[in-house]
Amino acid sequence: MSTNTTPQLGDPAVRPGIEGFLQVKDLRVHFPTDDGVVKSVDGLSFNLERGETLGIVGESGSGKSVTSLSIMGLHPPGTAKISGQVVLNGDSLVGASPEHIRKLRGKKMAMIFQDPLSAMHPYYTVGQQIIEAYRIHNRVSKQIARKHAIDMLDRVGIPQPSSRVDDYPHQFSGGMRQRAMIAMALSCDPELLIADEPTTALDVTVQAQILDLIRDLQQEFNSAVIIITHDLGVVAELADDILVMYAGRGVEYATAHEIFTAPQHPYTWGLLGSMPRLDRERTERLRPIQGTPPSLINVPSGCPFHPRCTYAELNGGASETDRPEFVEISPRHFLACHLSERDRQRVWDNDIKPTL
Amino acid sequence: MLTYIIRRLIGAVILLFVVSAVVFSIFFLVPRLGGATSDDLASRYVGKSAGAEQIHQTAVKLGFTDPIYVQYGRFAKGIVVGQDYNYGPAVEHCPAPCLGYSFITQNPVLPDLLDRLPVTLSLAAGASIIWLVAGVSTGVISALRRGSWLDRSSMTVALAGVSLPIFFTGLLSLSIFSYGLGWTAPGGANPMDATNPLDWAYTMILPWITLAFLFAASYARLTRAGMLETMNEDYIRTARAKGLRERDVVIRHGLRAALTPILTIFGLDLGLLLGGAILTETTFSLPGLGQYAVQAITNNDLPKVLGVTLLGAVFIIMANLVVDLLYAVVDPRVRTQ
Repeated sequence: MSTNTTPQLGDPAVRPGIEGFLQVKDLRVHFPTDDGVVKSVDGLSFNLERGETLGIVGESGSGKSVTSLSIMGLHPPGTAKISGQVVLNGDSLVGASPEHIRKLRGKKMAMIFQDPLSAMHPYYTVGQQIIEAYRIHNRVSKQIARKHAIDMLDRVGIPQPSSRVDDYPHQFSGGMRQRAMIAMALSCDPELLIADEPTTALDVTVQAQILDLIRDLQQEFNSAVIIITHDLGVVAELADDILVMYAGRGVEYATAHEIFTAPQHPYTWGLLGSMPRLDRERTERLRPIQGTPPSLINVPSGCPFHPRCTYAELNGGASETDRPEFVEISPRHFLACHLSERDRQRVWDNDIKPTL
Repeated sequence: MLTYIIRRLIGAVILLFVVSAVVFSIFFLVPRLGGATSDDLASRYVGKSAGAEQIHQTAVKLGFTDPIYVQYGRFAKGIVVGQDYNYGPAVEHCPAPCLGYSFITQNPVLPDLLDRLPVTLSLAAGASIIWLVAGVSTGVISALRRGSWLDRSSMTVALAGVSLPIFFTGLLSLSIFSYGLGWTAPGGANPMDATNPLDWAYTMILPWITLAFLFAASYARLTRAGMLETMNEDYIRTARAKGLRERDVVIRHGLRAALTPILTIFGLDLGLLLGGAILTETTFSLPGLGQYAVQAITNNDLPKVLGVTLLGAVFIIMANLVVDLLYAVVDPRVRTQ
């Protein structure tokens, strides 16, 4: 490991001139294990405003979920070493007392999980669970909380909410459960909503409904939303901006439109190439990214993507020794890649764009 | 729900008759298959100097000369409608449910059993509360502090608890706390002689703790394993994400789910114990059902053995039923199916 030659991150990926509602600066989440330190997140920065949606995309093990759990302070105490900065509305979260973060959870920031069946307690009714979430942060009677729960269920589109409120999670369908999870997450009107693969466990027909719901509620509540997914279709639907993560780092950050029309990073190209599209000829096969995600204990030197990168040899070996900086290459577009702009443009125009 | 309970109760009755038939066969049929005659059986219940004629009379009196199915029929009929017995000078009526008369003392069995039940009940009730509280809380703390010295030492103690037999821990604690320090009642006290609850607890505390130690150990290990599993569930993460206090996360969400299998085993253990805690009752000379069973077996007093076995079977079957019904209360997923 050439830690000495690893360049320090210069300016984090802060969108110029904007003080973010949620600021993540140089976040590092390391897990010491018997085999070595797992660097799940290793220098991640981004900003997010209220009313905006950030999509975080990457393969399994790229650090997406670890990032969200770190923001929420949900790593079991003593397991993770977290450094860097997470500032929510001026409130610094890294290093804050667990009790302080607990009070923010559910109230200021809430989370929706991947599998709504396992994420809800099987022994309590949906209503009881929403009531519990509401009463943690609001000193109200059970009757008022129950009315609120029914109201929330109604708002997320559960039919007959006043009777379904007494149902158990297993009596709900998958999509209804995720709606109930969303109702629970939004019950205290959080300013930040993190959705960790909210549609992965759902039926395709239900996925779009849930995404619509998240978008509608975001507009209604004016909350900031982080949506974590490996499915580019989901972020295309929802996100204003997209952060592509690889091996615990950001490799590309741009508006959703730009990520889909003018992506600059070979890894982003790979993700786009492996996405099935209905709106093009079915003659071409899908093009998977070769290789597998790297070990987070022995992260490849230099650019962690170089062993899998088709264009690694174009930059004279720099990708094997130097970690590329995450720099702004055009307004609101950040990139960590050694390829020269000319090379990138050429490869994109000639090799990639025609196949997408 | 009601039809389910009725169906289960009918099943329980059938099962009880099967149990009674099996136990009856073990004691009455198997010796015959082994070649024993009715006189051989009867010779156990007369004096050593009795002649052949007297033995035969006893065999007739106890009904050993009848075919085995007639004997069982008599026994079963006694349970359902009652039975007249003529063991001595006069015919005595034994009202249903009649478990027969002792071959040796010629007392009816059921009143004996009912006499001794409160002692066993006292033992089981006190011990089960102690082991539930101690075992479950130790298990929860061990699971939450997994790998700490607290976890390791309590699991070591639990291992000792599972491994050490009651006649060892019981006698040791008797010699230390009762005879050495004089803190508790000596062995052999009858808790039913106690005039107030304090006196009762004074008599029973050592048997309770000894018996509870054995069970608490396995409950601690069970709870620990269950908590380790449930605390890793997604819904625990959800509970934390809601901002719930850690104490509520552990108790309301973690323990609530981990308790379900423990409840099952608790019901079965309690049912088993109500049939008599043989080792504990013997060690502390408590006149309960277990001790009664031991005496009955030593004396070859077959009606007593049959009676205590059947009563034990009743408790176990009822405990099973209660556990199954409780499951529906505890786990809503069972209810709707």
